[in-house]
Amino acid sequence: MLDGYSAEILARVQFAFTISFHIIFPAFSIGLASFLAVLNARWLWTRDETFLILFNYWVKIFAIAFGMGVVSGIVMSYQFGTNWAVFSDKAGPVIGPLMAYEVLTAFFLEAGFLGIMLFGRERVGETLHMLATGMVAFGTLISATWILSVNSWMQTPAGFSMNELGQFIPEDWWQIVFNPSFPYRLTHMVLAAFLTTALVVGAVGALHLLRDRKDAPARRMFSMAMWMLVLVTPLQIAAGDFHGINTLEHQPAKVMAMEGHFDSHPDGAPLILFGLPNQAEKRVDYAVEIPKLSSLILKHDLNAPLAGLDTIPDEDEPPVAIVFFSFRVMVGLGLLMLGLGVWGLIARARGRLFDAPMLWRASMVMGPMGFVAVLAGWITTEVGRQPFTVYGLLRTSDSLSPVAAPAVAASLIAFIIVYFFVFGAGTYYILRLMNKPIKPVSDAPMTDEGPTRTAGTTPAAQVQEKHEDKGMT
Amino acid sequence: MLGLELSFIWAGIIAFAVLVYVILDGFDLGVGLLFPLTKDEKERNVMMNSVAPIWDGNETWLVLGGGGLFAVFPLAYAVVMPALYMPIILMLLGLVFRGVAFEYRWRTKRWKGTWDIAFFGGSLLASLCQGIALGALVQGIEVENRAYSGGWWDWLTPFSLLTGLAVTVGYAMLGATWLNMKLEGRIQAHMRRLAWPFGMATVGFMAAVSLWTPFLDSVYFERWFVFPAMAFSFVVPVLVALCVLGLFRGLQQHRDVQPFLCALSLFVLGFIGIGISFYPYIVPHELKIVDAAAPDSSLWFTLVGTMVLIPMILTYTAYAYWVFRGKIDPEEGYH
Repeated sequence: MLDGYSAEILARVQFAFTISFHIIFPAFSIGLASFLAVLNARWLWTRDETFLILFNYWVKIFAIAFGMGVVSGIVMSYQFGTNWAVFSDKAGPVIGPLMAYEVLTAFFLEAGFLGIMLFGRERVGETLHMLATGMVAFGTLISATWILSVNSWMQTPAGFSMNELGQFIPEDWWQIVFNPSFPYRLTHMVLAAFLTTALVVGAVGALHLLRDRKDAPARRMFSMAMWMLVLVTPLQIAAGDFHGINTLEHQPAKVMAMEGHFDSHPDGAPLILFGLPNQAEKRVDYAVEIPKLSSLILKHDLNAPLAGLDTIPDEDEPPVAIVFFSFRVMVGLGLLMLGLGVWGLIARARGRLFDAPMLWRASMVMGPMGFVAVLAGWITTEVGRQPFTVYGLLRTSDSLSPVAAPAVAASLIAFIIVYFFVFGAGTYYILRLMNKPIKPVSDAPMTDEGPTRTAGTTPAAQVQEKHEDKGMT
Repeated sequence: MLGLELSFIWAGIIAFAVLVYVILDGFDLGVGLLFPLTKDEKERNVMMNSVAPIWDGNETWLVLGGGGLFAVFPLAYAVVMPALYMPIILMLLGLVFRGVAFEYRWRTKRWKGTWDIAFFGGSLLASLCQGIALGALVQGIEVENRAYSGGWWDWLTPFSLLTGLAVTVGYAMLGATWLNMKLEGRIQAHMRRLAWPFGMATVGFMAAVSLWTPFLDSVYFERWFVFPAMAFSFVVPVLVALCVLGLFRGLQQHRDVQPFLCALSLFVLGFIGIGISFYPYIVPHELKIVDAAAPDSSLWFTLVGTMVLIPMILTYTAYAYWVFRGKIDPEEGYH
């Protein structure tokens, strides 16, 4: 009995660990791929070399982040089978096809065109290279679409029936893909990816501005990042609000945990700003509250009644404290992002965007906060779904493989060691690239790290000749 | 009746995805396996650059194989993955090291040697584990009540170790013939020479596995040694012999492309041989293709897109290979 329980906990920890590591990279590469496509397009359009310099600067960082995303994603795709075989058997008929479509429409597209995007500007010419860059960006967005459809279906299942074996049988694919929470979740995640990237790009721009405030590429990227922040953060806050209302409708227990509402409030629930949720005693200790605000946010009405966790059977309650805190971390960081964006806008309006060391330092501090917010958001939504894998229908404890605890423990330890070593190194290389001066295209020297690509500066005709000389055409 | 046909179409598609994976990632894993046999860093650079633009696409077929199995044969997926728990996890860890090495080794001078070892070690671990997983599947998996019921070390047998070595040596042969095709100069001649021992070892391992397999199970035996199935099965060894001839003659006559194509064909034939032994099971002698299939609604939904998308994928994959065709320019790269 204890053995089965510990295998479940270990499998959950393993899933949480590997997916938390994984989500970092897509969150970054979705936004960065689109950023690269924009840079490439603007280079082609304006022939302003700053854009090409920035493209070549960020494409190396993208390659490392994308590589880490790929390898950690392959691990995810097999983990459903190794640790969650019963879930795979039962929910596979519904979510398996969605994940197969992710592979067919997104992974192949990204992988197929990535090589051309990274190595091919000279080989295929500017137009096809732009197409390849666009395809990689498009692929990351399609990928997000399918995987969020899968995740949303697990949160708000629709369009299926169940057979005598307890398998989910697809009945209406339209309802499955476009399940009730999917549009909100997809919007929220894609905007989060864009914001995460904007914060990183802004921080790198700020770093180089602090060193040399005349650095043109640094100015360009810092300015672009500040526009992105001030335009997208309000959209994201609105999207988050709609998502919250949708969650209240379909997964009320999750919202109760997020809000820390152990008790029902028949005439207007307060917003608990801070406190220590005490699930055993079913109360929030040391709560700081604003009366009626929770009802106003969730129901857009001060006196709307709001049910609490007292209406949910104990065994169906999610772990309140984790959800409560992670939600506050996400929202708090969202507000800080808005603040940074507004600060940038004010500095710009005063014509001091490139004369604002305090703003630059703040941007650097906020650089990694997108990742923290994304992780906190996923923790909120995933832990909030517990104790179910398919919300309300399939319990996590009934989803596990017939797996021995030592096997899961061994693989978990292996994953932890390997991930910290491998992804630690990758993060170090990315940070080092970010720390390097932004090199102009034309005088890029040959370095000992391998030949530097001089993409775009060589006239196509010469490239053609060069390849013909070597018998490459 | 229609549903029955549908699951067989799907078995064919999954088999196709796995085969494409094996021959594509096979040669780039092989490039990793050959890393320690090089003279210097320059040779390793050019070897890696021969697969750098395409390895990611190659590896995606593994995700399609696994993801496709999950989508259309969820029961087989749910049974096979726990049974092969350790080889699968080790393969994934190997692929992690190998995959990041493609970028990392260009980003550091001091640690370049470490990432070279990671590239080799990851390739070796992934190749061995794939072969072991194959062998474990061929020798059979215990199933009770729609779940794996065997032990945690069932995958580890003399037979699965043999298939592990066979696949690894075969990948090295693929890698050597690929590099013979893509490279020039000393390193090409070196790889051509290396293709001989790896080619011969591959043939030896194929023979050993082929002779052992029929004795693992009476059904396998009938497939290969009882008339009339034997008449069809017999074609396979004949074609194998032709490919072996083409491989070694091509190497002897310093041809670039022929040895690689013959080496790939050997893998295709080996795969067909396994298919002849398996049919109509997906998990040998426990789960038939029909019984492991997802409901028709899942099969149809996935099939419609697959029929449109696979040709598209093959087209742009072929285009990517075309873009990077020809011998490798040692000065090229984006690093």
